[in-house]
Amino acid sequence: MNRRDFLKNSITVIAGLAVPLSALELISPRTLLARKEDGSAVRWAFLVDTQACVGCGFCVKACKTENEIPYEAGITRTWVERYVVTGKGKSCVDSPQGGREGFTSDRIDQGEEGHRELARDDVEKAFFVPKLCNHCESPACVQVCPVGATYQTPDGVVLVDRKHCIGCAYCIMACPYGVRSFHPVHKTAEKCTFCYHRITKGMKTACVDACPFGTRKIGNLRNPDDPVTKTIMSGRVGVLKEEYGTKPQVYYLALSREVK
Amino acid sequence: MGSHVWRPLYIAAALIAVVLVARTFLVPEDFGIHERGYMYGWHRKGNEAEWKAVTVKYRTAAYCRECHADKAESISRTPHGIISCENCHGPALNHPDDPPTLTIDRSRALCLRCHAALTTPSSGRAKIAGINPETHNPEAECTLCHDPHNPISSQGEALAKRHEEGGMQGASERGSEAYPSVR
Repeated sequence: MNRRDFLKNSITVIAGLAVPLSALELISPRTLLARKEDGSAVRWAFLVDTQACVGCGFCVKACKTENEIPYEAGITRTWVERYVVTGKGKSCVDSPQGGREGFTSDRIDQGEEGHRELARDDVEKAFFVPKLCNHCESPACVQVCPVGATYQTPDGVVLVDRKHCIGCAYCIMACPYGVRSFHPVHKTAEKCTFCYHRITKGMKTACVDACPFGTRKIGNLRNPDDPVTKTIMSGRVGVLKEEYGTKPQVYYLALSREVK
Repeated sequence: MGSHVWRPLYIAAALIAVVLVARTFLVPEDFGIHERGYMYGWHRKGNEAEWKAVTVKYRTAAYCRECHADKAESISRTPHGIISCENCHGPALNHPDDPPTLTIDRSRALCLRCHAALTTPSSGRAKIAGINPETHNPEAECTLCHDPHNPISSQGEALAKRHEEGGMQGASERGSEAYPSVR
């Protein structure tokens, strides 16, 4: 190998390495906060305290009513998962009807496999994790839309234009968090809007207002005095599936490693 | 070049022209790249306003307090004060104009959302007084004995005592940890 080939190959290898490295760059909420000058004065972010959640499901019920999702339809914009971890490290997850009616039994709903009941002494830890759209800074669902029906607003909320959506469901497949569904009445992609009609009027989302325990909070990342922003900046927060590079903007307090 | 080359080219050019003309009519004027850029910003700007126009159904406890200040004040002093009125009374919408009355959910299922005893040691649920719905007066409505607006009233204390004396399962046993006054 002569010097020319060696240099050529080295550059190729370095270039090849550089791409995945930049793709693996993870989001820091600080970068979103700092970008204040060039755009919107608002960047909505959500904070979930999994320690506080009791699995009452009032958030799911309120969301369905507020956002006109047919109550009996098997779709929901937000849901609550229960994690039960045994001493042997085995974890069971369930979310019967999205937790719409709350959790009222120790029986764990395992879908087609029926129910499962763990002995009280075997349970090492058990807790609830509310889930909703992460309103990612790099939303995969928006990238894949072939008709420009789903988009991100300047304040960071990912919305679906029901008039333009053709119902191809690419976005439903693209979302790593499975937060999108198909609306049985409108026949379009359906997702959490952070209650855009409420937050733009100075209200909180329906799920935040329905939660008696302060588990859910919404705030503006561009406002350094916002209590939610303060917690996100200084608290020990985690996000879901950070490795996908979607830069999710729903932050979790007390996230456990079993939570996916 | 002969006409056999130009003819299909004319047809192709005409097709492109038709598509471009049709596009100007079919694509809404406000459709384009907006603030979030080429990658995430393609949309019809008017759709943002459509989402903002969705009717607000849950008006929050602050709205209820405008007329029911006395109720709101008294309940705020009880452990149930953290629960939004509309969680049990239903979304207010434009009450009292429309609907004039709200349908109150008094079902057992509503109370059990929080008060069914579960094995969840590492969640807030463990701190709430819980009962076993299958053994704790399964036929009765909770409101028969418990006042949801004042869960630890004097009536509640009497109940807790009766639970202990009668050996009834549930509330007294676990409730004592959460609300010491119950005992």
